Amino acid sequence: MTIPSETATETSDARTAETNLWMRRLTGEGPEREAAVGELHALLLRAARFEIERRRVSLPHLRGGDLDDLAHQSAHDALVALLGKLDQFRGESRFTTWAYKFALLEAGVKMRRRAWQGRELPLEEQGWALLADTGSRPDRSAEEAELVAAVREEIDRSLSARQREVLIAVTLNDVPIDVLAERLGATRGALYKSLHDGRRKLRAALAERGFQIGQKGEA
Amino acid sequence: MTTPNGQDRGRDADLVRRLLGPEAPELSCEECFDRLDEYVELSLAGGSADERVPGMRVHLEGCPACAEDYESLRDLVETEEN
Repeated sequence: MTIPSETATETSDARTAETNLWMRRLTGEGPEREAAVGELHALLLRAARFEIERRRVSLPHLRGGDLDDLAHQSAHDALVALLGKLDQFRGESRFTTWAYKFALLEAGVKMRRRAWQGRELPLEEQGWALLADTGSRPDRSAEEAELVAAVREEIDRSLSARQREVLIAVTLNDVPIDVLAERLGATRGALYKSLHDGRRKLRAALAERGFQIGQKGEA
Repeated sequence: MTTPNGQDRGRDADLVRRLLGPEAPELSCEECFDRLDEYVELSLAGGSADERVPGMRVHLEGCPACAEDYESLRDLVETEEN
């Protein structure tokens, strides 16, 4: 449905007014700010519960009370993070959309980590085995087998130990990057940079060997 | 019908794609989080999200965790609007 422009303008104005009100109350003082913080917490809790409900299938052993505890922890941590970054809000979206992402991030990370709690991370060898199986199947064409073999060789030869560890864990062994970050004492961003740099080196090494790598990594 | 051979080839291609990742310039995870709310609203509005936030889509193709955060925020905002 196309929204008539006048209505769209009214909607935009209403959103701007709503955002301005949040910012004015949260940057104020006294009871007005306390009330705004309370409303913000309720909003973050709603978002955290939304995310946990989406992911609860990954934690079938947790009861409703445990999940709600996770939602409250997520909302609390999100509130602290958000208030610490309030001066960074640029108004490129509604304030509520900006706020929701903090709660969704906290809840998502907590759910992923809880799902892997007490589990050993898969060994690199398991990832290598998957790659070896793929390359050695008899129904592969010679070109496909050659590419897979070259990928494996260059992962071993061209990447640093950290790049290799992150690439295999995240792409072959399906370890969530937040779980890996927690185990390695790093951040999601730092590990993704290792992954990104490793992929770039891998693509360059394959190109140097004459493989034509498409936009999406297809040979 | 997909033959077992076809499924295997699809899995091979997917595996290589995941290993090599996207080629185009992309945002970092921090930049992605900073602009996720803007990107989601532009996407839902049917606007030029990829033009306004270059590098976001490529990052979401390469980073499963950020892609999940994007989907969650998009779905929550869409639910709230409806």
